[in-house]
Amino acid sequence: MPVALVDTGVSNLTSLTNALSRLGFTYETSSSKILEADAIIIPGVGSYDAAARKINLIKNYLLDAIAREIPVLGICLGYQLLLESSEEGKESGLGIFKGRAVKFSGVKVPHVGWNTLENLKEDKITEGIKEKSYVYFVHSYYPLLEENVAIAETTYGVKFASIAKKKTVYGFQFHPEKSGTVGLKLLENFLKLSK
Amino acid sequence: MLAKRIIPCLDVDKGKVVKGVKFKELKNAGDPVELATLYSSEGADELVFLDISASLENRSTVISLSKEVAKVLDIPFTVGGGIRSVDDAREILRNGADKISINTLAVKNPNSINELASEFGSQAVVVAIDAKFKNGSYEVFIYGGTSPTGIDAVAWAKEAEARGAGEILLTSIDRDGTKQGYDLNLTKMVLDAVSIPVIASGGAGSPLHFLEVFRIGADAALAAGIFHRGEYRIREIKEFLKKEGVQVRL
Repeated sequence: MPVALVDTGVSNLTSLTNALSRLGFTYETSSSKILEADAIIIPGVGSYDAAARKINLIKNYLLDAIAREIPVLGICLGYQLLLESSEEGKESGLGIFKGRAVKFSGVKVPHVGWNTLENLKEDKITEGIKEKSYVYFVHSYYPLLEENVAIAETTYGVKFASIAKKKTVYGFQFHPEKSGTVGLKLLENFLKLSK
Repeated sequence: MLAKRIIPCLDVDKGKVVKGVKFKELKNAGDPVELATLYSSEGADELVFLDISASLENRSTVISLSKEVAKVLDIPFTVGGGIRSVDDAREILRNGADKISINTLAVKNPNSINELASEFGSQAVVVAIDAKFKNGSYEVFIYGGTSPTGIDAVAWAKEAEARGAGEILLTSIDRDGTKQGYDLNLTKMVLDAVSIPVIASGGAGSPLHFLEVFRIGADAALAAGIFHRGEYRIREIKEFLKKEGVQVRL
């Protein structure tokens, strides 16, 4: 079951590929493999515009995969690329989720460390995950959604959707590959969605 | 709610973990990958590897260490110590470290902070400051605490933030290895001066010391000897903190 990892050029893919290996999944990082993938992960740490330019080059492949109900997971910046836009840059996102990424204010930025998943909704992705489980965050912008697609929320000055879902597309604002056993479980739940 | 972080620090020399008392008198305390896994399973929130030998020798050991640790560890880790160039830092980050911590490099070439932050993002750049109390203020020391710079630690922390540092790892040289507790005065001064997370370091000897430093607002507390010598388990300290009303990940 190959997983396509979208190389946004700005991410360190090592920890994610290590996590996939630990879970027994194989992966491809070439963008031509997106069409054959059973699941697609858009990782991301780094600058929004640079990543958005890369992602827009393969936008049609991604939209095609989403239309075929292939599970797609955006992690951190990868999640923000699924929004319409970001205060961090000028480029447009994929617009899968209605809303934009905005900068935290009135709190220490970046939001670094372990924070809780609250108000968990029942979903395949949250199977076996307890309310208030800790996951690891590192980000300066958070998703401000204009639709009710939150599967879990997290509070840091404001409350935001730390897990969002629309059909087979998920966004995680935290790093599951850095979130201990809880993170691995979430990643595994996502990968189990692949056909 | 965001939890306060407890970060064991593993001082690494030629691939082995050691802990210096006041940066001297090193004694061997184990294998880095093994210790990392153990600490992670005991509830460490992050790990820091400080390569204390690297200033003078072997770059490749720290790169292979990053690679090996990244394979087994599912929590974030930082690599620091003897990173002499932006190229060194880049190599370590590309080999699996989540963050690099720079100290001497940042002082000698402050632009390295800007360069690394723009390439990897601020979240990957920790500026480590080793400070020593002198004539009523705190002075920055480099080269593993051996060389004074005449730079004021608080002013330097502010500059590091302005240049793009994502976190400050603040070590009190006076307290390091003493078990007398963190330097609360130094930590508070830096906390008040910057708005990025501050990791307090140097002097942890009991659970109470963690409580004190979290109460004044530190975002994370780093410690080495207290854990390596087996005096306290991480979980034990976290349970104490939780009882005292501090938000921790248990």
